[in-house]
Amino acid sequence: MRVVFPFSAIVGQDDMKRALLIAAVDPGIGGVMVFGDRGTGKSTAVRALAALLPQMRATKGCAYHCDPEADAGACTEECPSRIAKGAAKTELLPTPVVDLPLGATEDRVVGALDLEQALTRGEKRFEPGLLAKAHRGFLYIDEVNLLEDHLVDLLLDVAASGENVVEREGLSVRHPARFVLIGSGNPEEGELRPQLLDRFGLSVDVKTPTVLADRVAVVRQRDAFDRDPKSFVAAWTKKDAAVRERIVKARASRGDVALPDEIVERASALCMKIGSDGLRGELTLIRAARACAALEGAEAVTTAHLRAVAIPSLQHRLRRNPLDDVGSAPRIERALAEMFDA
Amino acid sequence: MNAAASGRYDPWADALSAATLLAIDPDGLKGAVLRTLPGPARDAWLAALKAMLPPEAPMRRVPAHIDDERLLGGLDLAATLAAGRPVASRGLLSESDGGVVVLAMAERCTSATGARIAMALDAGVDRFMLIALEEGVEPDERAPDVLTERLAFALDFSLVRPHSTEIPTSAQITAAREDLARMKPADERTIESICSAAGAFGVVSARAALFTLRAARAAAALAGRAAVEDEDLALAARLVLAPRAHFAPPEQAPEPPPPEDGADDEAAPSEQTEANATADRVIDAVQSALPAEFLAQFLEARAERRVEARSRGAGAAAKSARRGRPLGARAGTLRSGERLDLVATLRAAAPWQPLRRREAAPSAALVLVRRGDFRIRRFVQRLESTIIVVVDASGSAALQRLAEAKGAVETLLADAYVTRARVALIAFRDSSAEMLLPPTRSLSRAKRALAELPGGGTTPLANAIDAASVLAQSERAKGRTPLIVFLTDGRGNVGRDGATGRVQAEADALVSARGIRAANLSAVFIDTSARTRPGAAALAAEMGAAYAPLPFVEAGAVASVVRAHAPARR
Repeated sequence: MRVVFPFSAIVGQDDMKRALLIAAVDPGIGGVMVFGDRGTGKSTAVRALAALLPQMRATKGCAYHCDPEADAGACTEECPSRIAKGAAKTELLPTPVVDLPLGATEDRVVGALDLEQALTRGEKRFEPGLLAKAHRGFLYIDEVNLLEDHLVDLLLDVAASGENVVEREGLSVRHPARFVLIGSGNPEEGELRPQLLDRFGLSVDVKTPTVLADRVAVVRQRDAFDRDPKSFVAAWTKKDAAVRERIVKARASRGDVALPDEIVERASALCMKIGSDGLRGELTLIRAARACAALEGAEAVTTAHLRAVAIPSLQHRLRRNPLDDVGSAPRIERALAEMFDA
Repeated sequence: MNAAASGRYDPWADALSAATLLAIDPDGLKGAVLRTLPGPARDAWLAALKAMLPPEAPMRRVPAHIDDERLLGGLDLAATLAAGRPVASRGLLSESDGGVVVLAMAERCTSATGARIAMALDAGVDRFMLIALEEGVEPDERAPDVLTERLAFALDFSLVRPHSTEIPTSAQITAAREDLARMKPADERTIESICSAAGAFGVVSARAALFTLRAARAAAALAGRAAVEDEDLALAARLVLAPRAHFAPPEQAPEPPPPEDGADDEAAPSEQTEANATADRVIDAVQSALPAEFLAQFLEARAERRVEARSRGAGAAAKSARRGRPLGARAGTLRSGERLDLVATLRAAAPWQPLRRREAAPSAALVLVRRGDFRIRRFVQRLESTIIVVVDASGSAALQRLAEAKGAVETLLADAYVTRARVALIAFRDSSAEMLLPPTRSLSRAKRALAELPGGGTTPLANAIDAASVLAQSERAKGRTPLIVFLTDGRGNVGRDGATGRVQAEADALVSARGIRAANLSAVFIDTSARTRPGAAALAAEMGAAYAPLPFVEAGAVASVVRAHAPARR
C-alpha cells in the first residue's frame, strides 16, 4: 500500500485539522467544506486522517464493506441473512477515502448495471459506484464549486439520508452509504449555492502560511517524507497513535460529555445575535462543541469549546449583504468577544 | 548549464537543463509544460529528453480528448464481446510506468481529464513524467491549472532558438541519479533561502518551493557536488520560480522588510541573515541571468493566466452547461440529429442475449441488438447569461455614477448563483474604454477588481459601444446570452479616432449603436442625465435598446431595471 503523509506532521492549518478531527469523532456533523488555494495541504490532510483512523470491522466479501452490527438489516447483499445464520466472517479494513473526480458521471457515482456480467453472462447485476466505496469513510471532492449541479444535489441527498437508492436500467437497489463529505474549493472560481453550503456541517478557510519559519517547516517535512517515506512515517508513528487514541476515546465518551443548560443558552444567544438562518447552525454548533470537548477529554462542554468551534460551525450560514465587505468570520468573532469577554 | 556564468541568458540551454534535471529526478519534478507550436525546437527538446532517459523507458503520446477508459484502464468492450469473457485493458498511464507521457494539445484538455491525470501524478502508483504540450496561440489557451501547478517546469519556446549544445549522456544521468539518492538532506539555510526567494517573487505555493529544492539537488548531483550550492539554487530558481512569479522582486531595500522575519530575527540572528544573504544572491542571480524583458514576459503570461484560470474554472462549467446536464438515455428510434448512446444500448440489449440467441436463427453477430434496445441521448440545456455593464466614467458626476454602477454589479452578482449570470464591467473615459471586470460569477473577485475606480475626463462613447459589442459577441460565441447595460447620459465628445469634438463624436456613437442592432444584441440604455434629452433616446433606439431614464442613479434601481430586461431563463 501507498505510504501516506502522517497527520501529526502537517505544519499549521490548525482550523482544518480540528474540523477534520471533529468530523471523524462525530460523522453525523455532516461534512467539512475547506476553502483555500491549491497546494495548501487539503487533500494531504484528508488522506492522512483516514490513514490514522482505527481499522474498521466489516463483513467479509460485502461490496459495501458493511458494519456487521450497525448495518445488520440495512445491507442489501446477503450479509444480514448470513450474519443471522452466524455464517458471516468479518475482516478489518482501513477507512476508505474516495476521490470524486470532477468529470465523474452519475453512473460512476451511484453505480450502474454491471456491463461485464450483463454482456458475458446475461446476468443483471448491480455494479456499486463511488458512493458504495465511500461507505463508512470519507468522500473527498476537490473543487466542489465546479462540480455539476445535479451531482452535487445527489451527493447531498445521499449524505443526509445515509442511503443510496438506485432506480435505473431496470435495477432497483438500495444500500447504506454513510460517509463524511469533505469538499474543497476556491471561492474565486465561483460562489457556492447557499443551500449547498448550509448542508456542510463545518466550513474552514485554509491559507498558505505567511510566516517564513512555517513555510520552511512545510518544505522540510515534505522533502524528508518524499525522500524516505517509510522512516519518516516511522518517526511520527507515536504522535499519530496518540491522535488515534484521542479519536477513539472521544468517540466512546462523546455521549457522556455533559452539556450544561447555560451552554445551550449561550449557543442560542450567539446564533440569534449574529442572525444565522435556521436551526441547523445551532445544532451543529452544539454537536461540534461536544465533539471538541470529547477530543480534549473534558467532562462537560465549556464556553471555551463553544468558542473554538463557533466560526467553523456558523461562518457559512450567515446571510451576507453583498455590499458588506466584512467577511462572516470577523462578525462572529466580534459577537463572541462581546458575549464572552464582557 | 551555466547561463549565469557565461553572463548571457541562453533560454535554450536552460530548457535543456530542465530536461536534464527531469531525467535525473522524474519522480520529484513530475514534468514540464512546453508552450509552443509544433516545430524543431520542441522536437529537439523531446529528443534530448528521450536520449537522456534509459532506453527502455516508454514515451507515450496522449491525445487531449482521450477517454477515461483508455487513460486509466477498464473493461475492453470489443475484446470482451469477441472473447465472451471479461477482458480488462490497461490504461495508458500505467502502460507508461517509468517513462514519459506526452500530452498533446494540452490546452484542449478538459479540466476533468486534467484532474484525473493530476490524481494519477499525486498517487504515484504509476510513476510517469508528464510533458504537456501547449499549442495555444491565444493567451487564454492554456493547459488546465490543476496540471501546470503539479509540474516543476514551464518552458516557453517562443523565446528559444535551438542550437547545438552538449547534453549529458545517459550514463552520466544514471551516475547523477545515484549521487542524488546518496545526497544528504538539504540544510535549514538552503530551504530558508528558497522559501524567501519564492516569497520575493510572490510565489506562495508550497509545491513551487519543493520543486525548487528538488531541482537544485538534481543540479548539484549532476555537477558532482555533495550539497546544494548557490549556483544550483540560481538555476533551480530560474527554472521553477521565474515562470511562476507574480511580481518582480523589489529592488534591494536597505533593510529587507518582510514582516515574517520579525519573530525569527531575535531567535537566530546570524543564521537568519545568512539565509537572507543566500536568498538575495539567488534572487540576484535570477535577475541578472534573466534579462528584464524575459521576466516581464513571464509576468505578463502569469497575469493573463491568472485572469484565465478563474474564468476557466467557471468556463469549464459553462462548457458542460452547453452540452447540457445529461438526462440519461431514453428508448427511441434514431432520427437525424439524435445521438445514439452506444453503451446504454448495449446495456439494454445485454440481459436478453442468451434468450435471443436461443430464439434467433444462428447468427455470427456477437450481440443481438433489436430496435427496442436503441437508447438516445438526452440533455437538458441551461442557458447562461452575461450582463455587460458599460459605465460612463467621464465628467463631473463620474464618481457617484461609478460607485452606483459598482453597487449594481455587486448586487447582480450576489444573486448570480440563482440567475446563473456572469457580470462584466466596462468603464470609459478620456480616450478609451477599459474592461475593469472580465465576465465573472465571483463576487469576491469583483470586489477586488472594483476597489479603485478612476473617474473624470472626456467621453469616448463610440469606443465604449464598440468594446461592449466585441465582448458581447465573444460571450455569445461561448454559448452565453449577453445583455449590455449602458449607464451614461449619451453625450459623447471623443470620436472613434480619439479626436475631441462633439459633432463627430455623436455621429460615431450612432454608427457604433447601429452595430449593436446589426449584431442583434440586446441592450438596455439607462439615461443618467439630470434632464433627459431626445439625443439619448435616439441613440437607444438606434441600437435597438430598451430606454430607461434614471436621473438619480442608484444601485438597487439599476439592478432591478437590469433584472427586468435580463434574458429569460429556462
